[in-house]
Amino acid sequence: MSLHQKSVAELSAGLAAGEFSSRELTQYFLDRIGTHDGALNSFVTLTAEQALAQADVADTTRKAGDAGPLTGIPVAQKDIFCTQGVRTTCGSRMLENFIAPYTATVVRNMEQAGCVMLGKTNMDEFAMGSSNETSYYGAVKNPWGVEQNLVPGGSSGGSAAAVAGGLAPAATGTDTGGSIRQPAAISNLTGLKPTYGRCSRYGMIAFASSLDQAGPLAKSAEDCALMLGAMAGFDTADSTSVDAPVPDYTATLSEPMKGRKLGLPKEFLSDAVDPETREATDNALATYRNMGAEIVEISLPNMHLSVPTYYVVAPAEASSNLARYDGVRYGHRAEGVENLEDLYKRSRGEGFGAEVQRRIMVGTYVLSAGYYDAYYLKAQQVRRLISDDFVKAFEQVDAIIGPTTTGPAFAIGELVDDPVQMYLNDIFTIAANLAGLPALSMPAGFSGGKPVGVQLIGKVFDEAGILNAAHQFQQVTDFHRAMPEGFK
Amino acid sequence: MSAPDLNGWEVVIGLEVHVQLQTVSKIFSGASTAYGADPNTQACAIDLGMPGVLPVLNADAVRMAIKLGLAIDAEIAPRCVFARKHYFYPDLPKGYQISQYELPIVGLGKLDIDLDNGETKTIGITRAHLEEDAGKSVHEGFAGSGIDLNRAGTPLIEIVSEPDIGSAAEAVAYLKKLHSLVRYLEICDGNLQEGSFRCDANVSIRRPGDGFGTRTETKNLNSFRFVEKAINQEIERQIDVLESGGTITQETRLYNGATGVARAMRGKEEANDYRYFPDPDLLPVMTTESDIAAVRSTMPELPDAKRARFVSEFGLSDYDAGVLTSSRELADYYEAVLAAGAEPKMAANWVAGSLAAALNAEGVDIAESKVSPGQLAGLIARIDDNTISGKIAKDVFEAMWAEEGDADAIIDAKGLKQITDPDALGKIIDEVIANNPGQLAQYRGGKDKLFGFFVGQAMKATQGKANPAEVNKLLKEKLAE
Repeated sequence: MSLHQKSVAELSAGLAAGEFSSRELTQYFLDRIGTHDGALNSFVTLTAEQALAQADVADTTRKAGDAGPLTGIPVAQKDIFCTQGVRTTCGSRMLENFIAPYTATVVRNMEQAGCVMLGKTNMDEFAMGSSNETSYYGAVKNPWGVEQNLVPGGSSGGSAAAVAGGLAPAATGTDTGGSIRQPAAISNLTGLKPTYGRCSRYGMIAFASSLDQAGPLAKSAEDCALMLGAMAGFDTADSTSVDAPVPDYTATLSEPMKGRKLGLPKEFLSDAVDPETREATDNALATYRNMGAEIVEISLPNMHLSVPTYYVVAPAEASSNLARYDGVRYGHRAEGVENLEDLYKRSRGEGFGAEVQRRIMVGTYVLSAGYYDAYYLKAQQVRRLISDDFVKAFEQVDAIIGPTTTGPAFAIGELVDDPVQMYLNDIFTIAANLAGLPALSMPAGFSGGKPVGVQLIGKVFDEAGILNAAHQFQQVTDFHRAMPEGFK
Repeated sequence: MSAPDLNGWEVVIGLEVHVQLQTVSKIFSGASTAYGADPNTQACAIDLGMPGVLPVLNADAVRMAIKLGLAIDAEIAPRCVFARKHYFYPDLPKGYQISQYELPIVGLGKLDIDLDNGETKTIGITRAHLEEDAGKSVHEGFAGSGIDLNRAGTPLIEIVSEPDIGSAAEAVAYLKKLHSLVRYLEICDGNLQEGSFRCDANVSIRRPGDGFGTRTETKNLNSFRFVEKAINQEIERQIDVLESGGTITQETRLYNGATGVARAMRGKEEANDYRYFPDPDLLPVMTTESDIAAVRSTMPELPDAKRARFVSEFGLSDYDAGVLTSSRELADYYEAVLAAGAEPKMAANWVAGSLAAALNAEGVDIAESKVSPGQLAGLIARIDDNTISGKIAKDVFEAMWAEEGDADAIIDAKGLKQITDPDALGKIIDEVIANNPGQLAQYRGGKDKLFGFFVGQAMKATQGKANPAEVNKLLKEKLAE
C-alpha cells in the first residue's frame, strides 16, 4: 500500500515503527501535490520549506522519545486559519497579500502535537459557498470527477480535494452550515464538525461567529478522532470556547453499537433526496441494525425552517464580520481613490466577489432599522425552536442519522446562477450548526459512481459517541477505503 | 459668556459623558492603555481588527462600571450584553464598535448637584454602558491622513443623563460632580485635555408646559468652560431660530474649542443606521449579588458622605466642607494636615485659602503641592501657639512654597518670631508715641480713628512681628495715660 493510501493512524504506526521518517513522508506528499494539484487546484499556498523543517523537528522529537500520535504527520490547513508569516487569503482577493502576524489556536495546537503543515488549501471566498466556485483562486476539482468537472463541495473544498486525491493524509476545515460535512460527503471522506465551543475560533477568519467551528477532514473516523484530539481545547483568547477537558476520542472507538438508539428524522427523507443517496442511507441503517443498534423514527418539526433561518443569521453576522475589510489597514486597497467613501466602495467592490457581496447586502438588510425585528430577531427565535427540537429528540435517541446531502457532486457551473438551489445543498447540515451540535459525515456509497455520505448528529459534546458510531460502521464497510481513479 | 436671556423659554439638556476607565489594559485585549506612546505602538492584532481575532472582556472594566453604578445609586444589571454598533470610519478598525445597546450594565441612577442658590437638585441618570474607544486620525507631520490606533479599545463608560438639566450652569455643576465622583472611585484619571472625560450635550428649548422641542447634539466638549459656552451658544441659536419663525433641525453639531464656534456635522437623514446586534464573540455578562458585594467592599467614602462628615466631625461650614471634598486628593490632603495635629477650622482656611490659591496660580494639582500636609500643620501650630501672627504666617507660607524649608526653620532664619513680651513691646510703643506728638494730641482730642495709625506704626517698628493683640492692649493703656 502506497503512503497516500494509508490513513493517519496507519502512517502514525509507520512512523513509530521507523518504516519512514517524517521528512520522507512530507517529501512524498509534497511530490504528490506537485504531480496532481495542477488538475485539482486544491492548494492556494504551499509551504514546502517550512514543512520539511517541521518534519525534521518531528523526527528529532521522535528520536528523543517524545513523539505523540500525530508527530510528523503532514496535514493541510484550510486557508481560513491565520498562520504567522504565511499568506492567509481566505479565498479572497481582499486578502491576496495578507500575511498573518499570528497563528490561529487550532493550527498552534496541531503544531504542538507535532503536525507538519504542507500548505494552505483553497476554499470558497470567506467560506461562503458549497462548491468552492466562489474562490478568487479558482474553482477546485473533485478527484472523483476531474473529467466531469465535479465540484469537491464547499466551503472546505480544497481540503476535501487534497485528502480525497491523496495529496495530504488529513486536513482541517471549518463548518458554518455544512462546509466540512458536505465536501466530505461528496468527496468520500469522513469529516467532523464539533460542538460549538469545542475548538477555539481564535485566528480562524470569521464568517458567522455564532455558527463557525473548526474540524477535521480525513479518511476515517479514527483519523478524525486523532485530529480532533489535537485541534480541540479551551482557549482563553476565545470567550465562546468551552472550558471542558478534551477526552481521548480514540479510546471509545471500539464501543459496540448493540443497544444504541439512532434516530431517523422523517424530515430527512424528503423527495428531494436522490434515489441512490436514499438507498445508501437505507443500507447504512441496515448495517447499524445488523450491529445491534435500534433505528427509531423521530421528527424535527422545525427542520424546514433551518435554511431560511441560516440565511438570515449567517449573512447578518458576516456583514458585520466583513466590515473590517475597508482598505485602510491591510488587504486590498483600490488605486487612485478620490475620497474616503470612494476608498471604501471601490476597495470592497474590487476585493470581494459576487457571493460575498450578495451576503453582505442580505446581512446589512436584515440588521437594518425597521427590519431587525422581522428578520434577525425572528430568525434567532426560530433558531431556538430548531434547537429545542433536538433537545426533545435526544430524550429518545443517542444520535441522529440521515443523508448528508440530497445527492452527489454536481459539475462546476451547474448551480452557479441559482443561489437558492445552491443554498439547498446545506439543507441537512445547517440545523446542527444552528443548534451547536457535533455532526459528522462518513462515506456511505455511490450515486452514479459518485460518492455520497451519511450524517451522524450527536448530543452536545458527544463527539466521542458519533466518532464511535462512525468507526463501528467503518469496521464493517469499506466505502471509506475507496479512492478515485487516477489518484489511487 | 453669561447665561442668555431666555425670554420665557425653558431649556432642556441631557448629557452623555464618556469616561475613560483607568484599567491597565484595554477592554478587549491585553494591550496597554497608557497615554502618549508613539502612534500604533500600543495597538495589538485585536485592536487593529486583524482577520480572525476575538475580543476577551477585561474583568476590571466590569468592576469599575459596577463601582460607578453603586456610587450613583443605580441598578446593576444581573445580565448585560455587548452589541456591535456599525459605521465606517478609518479610526474604527473593525467597522463596528463593541458597545452595549439594549442591555447595559448600569440602569437607572441619580446624581445630586448643588445649585448656585444653595439648593440641591437631583439629576436622573438613564443608564451607563461599557464600550471601547476608537482610534484617532492624525493630520499633522505628513502628507495625507494617518491613523493612530493606540486609543482603540480603551475602555469607556458612557453615562447618559435624563433630560433633567435646565441650564448651562447646571450642566457644568453636573459634570463637575461626576468628574469628582469618578476620581473618588479611582476609575478615571479625569484628565480632560487627554480626553479621559468627554461630554456631548443634547439641547432643546420649549415653552413651559409644552412637550419637548427638537433637540440638537453638540459633540466634542472637552472642558467645563467649553460646555458652558457651547450650551449657552446653542440655546441662543435655538431661541433666535424659533423667534424668527424658523424650526430647529435635528442634527449633530461639532464644537470647535479653538474658535468657539459649533457647526452642523450631520443631519437626521444622514444619521447612521448602526445596525446594532448582540456581539456573538462575547458571552452575556452575568453579575451576581456577591459580585456586587465584592465591589461594594472596595468603595471609598463618597464626596457627599465625606462632606457631611467634615461638617459634623470638624465643625466646618457646609460650604467649606464642599470645597474641601470637591476632590478626593484635596480632602485627603486636608485630613493629612489634621492628622499632623492642626486645628480643623484653621486647617480648612489654609487649605481652601492660601494653598488653593498657590496651586491655582501655578496651575498644578494638589499632588504636586510644594508644601506637604505636615509642613502646613507645622505652620498652623506656630499660629496657634502665638509664635507668629496670621499675617506673618502668610509670608512664612510663601517661603515654604518657595521651598525654603519648614515653618520653624523659616521663622528662625528670618527672625519672624512674634514679639509678645509686654516689656519689650512697651518700650517700642513708648517710642512710637514719643515720635508722633501731633497725632497723639489729635487722638487725645477725640480723633479715635488714629488708634489704627498707632497700631500700624508699632507693627512697622517691629517689621510686623508684634503680637497684634498685645499691641492693642498696651496701646490702649498707654494712650489713655
